[in-house]
Amino acid sequence: MFSYTFHWNQALKALPQMLDGALVTLQVALLSMVIGLALALALTACRLSGNRILGGFATAWVEIARNTPALFQIYMAHFGLGNFGIHLSPYTALLAGIAFNNAGYLAENFRGALKAIPDTQTRAGRSLGMTPVQAFRYIVLPQMLRIAFLPVTNQMVWAILMTSLGVTVGMNTDLAGITQELNARSFRTFEFFAIAAVIYYLIAKAVTLAARLLAARMFRY
Amino acid sequence: MIEIQNVRKSFGSLEVLKGIDLTVNKGEVLTIIGGSGSGKSTLLTCINGLEPIDAGRILVDGTEVHAKSTNLNKLRSKLGIVFQQFNAFPHLTVLENVMLAPRKVLGLSKEKAEENAVKQLTHVGLGEKLGVYPTRMSGGQQQRMAIARALAMSPEYMLFDEVTSALDPQLVGEVLDTLRMLASEGMTMICVTHEMKFAREVSDRVAFFHKGVMAEIAAPEALFGAPKDPELQKFLAATH
Ligand SMILES: Nc1ncnc2c1ncn2[C@@H]1O[C@H](COP(=O)(O)OP(=O)(O)OP(=O)(O)O)[C@@H](O)[C@H]1O
Ligand SMILES: [Mg+2]
Repeated sequence: MFSYTFHWNQALKALPQMLDGALVTLQVALLSMVIGLALALALTACRLSGNRILGGFATAWVEIARNTPALFQIYMAHFGLGNFGIHLSPYTALLAGIAFNNAGYLAENFRGALKAIPDTQTRAGRSLGMTPVQAFRYIVLPQMLRIAFLPVTNQMVWAILMTSLGVTVGMNTDLAGITQELNARSFRTFEFFAIAAVIYYLIAKAVTLAARLLAARMFRY
Repeated sequence: MIEIQNVRKSFGSLEVLKGIDLTVNKGEVLTIIGGSGSGKSTLLTCINGLEPIDAGRILVDGTEVHAKSTNLNKLRSKLGIVFQQFNAFPHLTVLENVMLAPRKVLGLSKEKAEENAVKQLTHVGLGEKLGVYPTRMSGGQQQRMAIARALAMSPEYMLFDEVTSALDPQLVGEVLDTLRMLASEGMTMICVTHEMKFAREVSDRVAFFHKGVMAEIAAPEALFGAPKDPELQKFLAATH
């Protein structure tokens, strides 16, 4: 009933190749976070602007990003846009899809963080002669980033795991893509995916740990 | 000189200031007393332009606060204000709290701003707390820091809105002492307060607000010794 023989040696030989893939995974995740953070700040600004069109646009983005499958978001970036003559490579489509998703979740986190900062903070800054932009930049933003730091870290982990969806749009250079190709050639499914899972796990843990160390350095108060 | 001329202000259908006329001279200490909701805080936030007004005008050294052409940010550096709630910036040390606005608003160099901040903090008795984060300090210390932070802008007027009301009783004294010190140095001050003894001691004049009207204004001996307004008589009777 249990007749599968493990072939770990064969799988482990592919480890260097898989680690190369892990680097690509990490790169996509990091880039998607940088882009996602910038977009999330822009979306937050839109929502705070009081302009109905900008606010509506930002809210629609957040709603779609948070309430549709990440897989569809990546699919849309690759095949969906392709229908309109916009052809993104698997790498770019994966990056765009995850950045879209990150931006939505992060913008929502920022909104929650902003709510936790009392108006009196801005008022205190304004009463010292600061412009609204200065009060936001020097008083509200640093506090917001601290409150949002843990959710941002969680999103980073989520972004790493989301990169594995790239296989569906033909991504074959990241950890999931390489694992999938190795599997297709050898059918040692369990071994390859188990090793890949361990690598994903270790990356995710390392990111969380690094974030915790960074937070301890950055937030002394 | 701060000139308040027939100022009216409503929140929705609630008229909070019903035509206030008041002039505060350079070097004067004016305290404002009055019941809850009488419009005291609103008046202070109108003076530094945090709130718009509906009618009348407020002039600070001849500049109309609510005129469109007025640079409010520049005007506000003349008008220090300290609120009832502790408004320390929690992400900055005490020193950084005090340095921030002089650097960003007045454009002082880091060295200049730091030298000035140390001076102001020492003045309010916080010279030993420079590197501390405000959340580690008592309410009284946080309020004194807020005073130093306002003073670091070299204001010509200081507005205090019940700065001791949120404090534990044993911490009120240290903050009042700081205010007394400023008064004795000749700072022009408007203090909203519930501390009658303090008002009696430091004020040149005391104003009593009732339901959006300045019902009485007089030197402290007269206002406390021989109150004329019946509402003021009731108010004083109730606070003893
Ligand atoms: N932003 C606001 N929006 C609506 N109503 C307000 C606002 N600020 C103040 N009010 C109302 O205006 C009235 C006067 O408020 P204000 O804070 O000036 O009173 P106060 O004299 O300072 O009272 P207290 O002694 O309780 O501080 C109150 O009825 C208050 O509820
Ligand atoms: Mg008040």
